[in-house]
Amino acid sequence: MTLTAESTTPSDTRTQTDTHCPYCALQCGMTVSGTAEVAPRAFPTNAGGLCQKGWTSAALLGSPARLTTPLVRVDGELRPASWDNALDLVASRLARLRAEHGADSVAVFGGGGLTNEKSYLLGKFARVALGTSQIDYNGRFCMSSAAAAGTKAFGLDRGLPFPLTDLADADAVVLVGANPAETMPPFGQHLRGAAAAGGLVVVDPRRTPTAEQANLHLAPAPGTDLALALGILHAVVADGLLDQSYLDQRTSGFDAVWRIVAGYWPEHVERITGVAAADQRRVAALLAGARNAYVLTARGAEQHATGVATVSAWINLALALGLPGRAGSGYGCLTGQGNGQGGREHGQKADQLPGYRAITDPVAREHVARVWGVPADTLPGPGRSAYELLDALGTDDGPKALLVFGSNVAVSAPDSRRVAERLSSLDLLVTADLVLSETSALADVVLPVTQWAEEDGTMTNLEGRILLRRKAVRAPEGVRTDLDVLSGLAARLGQPDGRFPADAETVFTELRAASAGGPADYSGVSYARLRDGEALHWPVPDEAHPGTPRLFLDRFAHADGRARFQPVEHKGPAEPPDADYPLLATTGRVLQHYQSGAQTRAIAELADSVPEAYVEVHPDTAARSGLADGDLARVTSRRGATTARVHCVASMRTDVVFLPFHFPGDQRANLLTNPALDPTSRMPEFKVCAVRMTTEDGAA
Amino acid sequence: MSPREVVVLGYGMAGARLADEIRRRDPGAERVRLTVIGDEPHHAYNRVLLSAVVAGSMRPDSVRLHDEQWARRHGIDLRLGVAALGIDRAARTVALDDGTSVGYDALVFATGSTPWLPPVEGLTGEHGELAEGAVTFRSLGDCERILDAARVGAPVAVLGGGLLGLEAARGLAGRGNLVTVVHPAEHVLERQLDAGAGRVLARALGEFGIDFRLGRTAAKYLPGDGLKLDDGSHVDADLVVVSAGVRAETALASAAGIAVDRGIVVDDALRTSDGRVHAIGDCAQHPGTVSGLVQPAWEQAGVLADLLTGSDPSARYRGTSVVTRLKARGIDLAALGETHVETGDPDAEVLCVDDPARGRYAKLVLRDDRVTGAIVLGLPDAAATITQLHDRGSPAPGDRLGLLLGRALPSAAPAAASPADLPAATTVCRCNSVTKGQLVDAWRAGAASAEQLTTATRAGTGCGGCADTVRGIADWLASTA
Ligand SMILES: Cc1cc2nc3c(=O)[nH]c(=O)nc-3n(C[C@H](O)[C@H](O)[C@H](O)COP(=O)(O)OP(=O)(O)OC[C@H]3O[C@@H](n4cnc5c(N)ncnc54)[C@H](O)[C@@H]3O)c2cc1C
Ligand code: SF4
Repeated sequence: MTLTAESTTPSDTRTQTDTHCPYCALQCGMTVSGTAEVAPRAFPTNAGGLCQKGWTSAALLGSPARLTTPLVRVDGELRPASWDNALDLVASRLARLRAEHGADSVAVFGGGGLTNEKSYLLGKFARVALGTSQIDYNGRFCMSSAAAAGTKAFGLDRGLPFPLTDLADADAVVLVGANPAETMPPFGQHLRGAAAAGGLVVVDPRRTPTAEQANLHLAPAPGTDLALALGILHAVVADGLLDQSYLDQRTSGFDAVWRIVAGYWPEHVERITGVAAADQRRVAALLAGARNAYVLTARGAEQHATGVATVSAWINLALALGLPGRAGSGYGCLTGQGNGQGGREHGQKADQLPGYRAITDPVAREHVARVWGVPADTLPGPGRSAYELLDALGTDDGPKALLVFGSNVAVSAPDSRRVAERLSSLDLLVTADLVLSETSALADVVLPVTQWAEEDGTMTNLEGRILLRRKAVRAPEGVRTDLDVLSGLAARLGQPDGRFPADAETVFTELRAASAGGPADYSGVSYARLRDGEALHWPVPDEAHPGTPRLFLDRFAHADGRARFQPVEHKGPAEPPDADYPLLATTGRVLQHYQSGAQTRAIAELADSVPEAYVEVHPDTAARSGLADGDLARVTSRRGATTARVHCVASMRTDVVFLPFHFPGDQRANLLTNPALDPTSRMPEFKVCAVRMTTEDGAA
Repeated sequence: MSPREVVVLGYGMAGARLADEIRRRDPGAERVRLTVIGDEPHHAYNRVLLSAVVAGSMRPDSVRLHDEQWARRHGIDLRLGVAALGIDRAARTVALDDGTSVGYDALVFATGSTPWLPPVEGLTGEHGELAEGAVTFRSLGDCERILDAARVGAPVAVLGGGLLGLEAARGLAGRGNLVTVVHPAEHVLERQLDAGAGRVLARALGEFGIDFRLGRTAAKYLPGDGLKLDDGSHVDADLVVVSAGVRAETALASAAGIAVDRGIVVDDALRTSDGRVHAIGDCAQHPGTVSGLVQPAWEQAGVLADLLTGSDPSARYRGTSVVTRLKARGIDLAALGETHVETGDPDAEVLCVDDPARGRYAKLVLRDDRVTGAIVLGLPDAAATITQLHDRGSPAPGDRLGLLLGRALPSAAPAAASPADLPAATTVCRCNSVTKGQLVDAWRAGAASAEQLTTATRAGTGCGGCADTVRGIADWLASTA
């Protein structure tokens, strides 16, 4: 089952292998040569563009920062070990913990950057080889709120239920808490039509580079995005812009929503959000007057203790205007991580089985167990969600061992001081990593693994399109694929031969069968079809099926075919500012870095561009804390403090500071963040917490 | 422990909110058994939106806050269309006009306010009822009467140029009525606005066809004809909308011997002079706020729900700073705090912009760098920012003009500079962190066209938004070569 590309490419250095960027969910098309040179490739999502991260991505392939040998902690120090020793050690310690404390004493943490094959095999490994319910992944920190809200509203969650290129014909696009000009720059090409038509609206507390390009920028106080959606919806009704026939034919539940929204007239909402009532009405009119209009949400809407409700409020607005499920218009969520979409579909999430099935659904359990060749009743039930899992590590009834794949939780999880403390209380921490990330530095065993251009695998991009990433270069000596690692561990844990294959295409073939009949049905997708360049958006129920670029055109996925309005109310931030912590901190990404920065900080060109943590603040606010541009500031919350360089930005609200979260150690923005969780998605409140800012030595 | 019997008098915005807040904290009715008495025939509705109903942008049934199943769903004993007649504090019972009575452990007044009728000859009949063709503006029923009477093109007089009067006037003018506002003070909204703002506002409203008779009172009403004013002049009117102010509805409370001033006097626990009796909303008088607006009513409802359900026995209401917002299409007005301080005041920093030709007026009063008062007319986004600074007590930004004018202030950034003027450190391509200096270096190193600059530096290979700039720089470099 060897790929033709695989057998020829790595040895032939002139061959250009078509693949996709290792980072974000835009999954820009690129070619990688046998000598690891990257060039952009025309692909619908990026149309030949790449951002600086994509251009420089190959620098990590041969980087001296790469790990090339397993490391095992001996006498408190990580020392090189052979693969056999490392895997034997891990397997025997896992087996012992399981025997002594039960299957749930061992936990697994995955990532939204892992390929579909890895996500799938990791979920299977947890449920079958370890028998543990304790598996979750960092996608909880990104897309889980929109996923839950989308499922409630439409009966199905696919980030964009339409191809990205549809945006080109839009004359109005409202971006809520999305900063694609930094997080996925080539995306900007799809917004040009709306901007030219005067209909690009950006909702963000900060005047981001994306907001700079907007025709209208609305800057709500952090944590009030939900109220803003209610105000705009109110204006839609008050100004007679409701799409009544769409409501009647395609939705249910508007009346209950309106009873709430009736109490959020724009002037009232202005007071909550700081967004002018006139601007709320303008957005209502823009969306309603457009021929084609979209509402798109991202992390800014999601990363709140009320993230699901917030996204639901924006979906309600889109529904009231009759946008979803109409060709040329719609609602969508901009997925962040490379495989944020596929990663949430194939079973590394605590409550899910492959094909986006619920682990509590008896029919789903039966189906997946049959594919796995195990009795359904041996499959565990749902486990803890990401932060709850991390928070329970090493506690009396929590896991005693953790295997981490594709995540740097020591930097990316909220309240990172607490998380680091939990990690260090484990009996066993194992990571599979490319470089010695901050989490790996705490581990007992570190397993060096391959990265994107060194292996095959599929990704599902932000539009739900399945993409093939192909092996382009040979991996450094001593490095194995994650699939290989899982396969090796499974064998040592007594799993029968062949149950945990290490070959990507073989795993994918099994994934197809496991997903068959589920909401995210991949059964008709094959490596051959992908290699032929077919544009396959799930569901693809059989090999003759052309895929489903646009969902919901005829009906929504609920049994009655209707979309459901969700009655939601504004609550505000879990931690409002007060006299001791008078400012609101919000966190996010910069163009040059990806997630916890473990990869991008190791790339000189990126690290040189943005070398250290900083805090964006209004010059007056800085001055009041005795700080000037370029000084080092100390930012303190109830949970911890971080040090960051002051960047004075005149467009900031005076009550808000912004910190990127890519930096390690004392510069971790997540030392500040509040692990208040959304009741449904269990998403932490990354986007707002109360802080104070002082000079570095702590003087006010 | 058996639940407490809580009886709420009044099912308006405060009473309905209190019931919702109580059930949010006690969904199973384990702690509080709730009876709500409302003398209007409708389920609770959003009174604030009545102006929109009069303006015709909202239908009467879309202002409802509760549906028919609300009471049953939440286990609430709702008595619709029933008025409370009297309270026996010793027996702890309330007598109702349907002949029944209810007992209480805790009683809450949420009886709101009623329109005040000015002493105008012929306006009221012998029992105090309004004469034919005269309507108050308080309830959904009033709205229906106004809409029935105000045929398109008919002349309408509005008695009182306060918030309600102006909202009604604007709504009716928008429907095609010929509206005259009769107002006793020298400028409209004199409580909330200074004279300058009042002038600009009247002028702006005038553009919508509304006439003003300022400094005048109505002396006599002649149904079918109109009003005769105190100066002897005449105002045609088929309909007179009376919006001359409201009085807190305190009759029941004072009859029961509860302390009443302008409203029912309450402390921070929203208790009246009888510890078992509370009051919230327009009928209550708390030292920390001006009543007559919904924000204090809702905040009071939240606090009282904490207390009555025992969810937070330490909850206290400390007052609400109110913001006046006129809801009139085409007019954007916000006023808050001390607005009558003059620019010359030695103890305060006061800024003022008066631009009547464009319908704009802005005044900002600051003390110790905090906004303590503001009037913002015709500058919508500035109003939003100023209100938030005031509410949060945050220091105001040093750029006072920017704050005062919002987006109306031309941005300080110079118009697109020519490539020659850009500093070398300016980022040209953000997607790939390419500065002008790097492009110049690439040119010197041999790149000789925009395309070659792109190949050498990657500028323009992300979103492509800087392609024109790169071309401009290439042209400029070519011309200087
Ligand atoms: C047209 C209009 C526009 C407004 N716009 C705004 C605005 O933009 N912003 C703002 O903040 N405020 C506005 N207000 C004011 C706001 O509506 C009031 O502050 C709010 O309604 C007060 O709530 P409440 O429950 O105290 O009184 P109400 O809502 O008046 O409710 C009192 C209820 O109690 C009933 N009641 C009285 N006595 C008895 C009894 N003995 N037995 C039984 N029931 C009784 C009344 O019939 C009424 O239903 C507006 C008001 C009007 C009329
Ligand atoms: S990081 Fe995202 S936007 Fe940048 S090149 Fe990679 S996929 Fe494209």
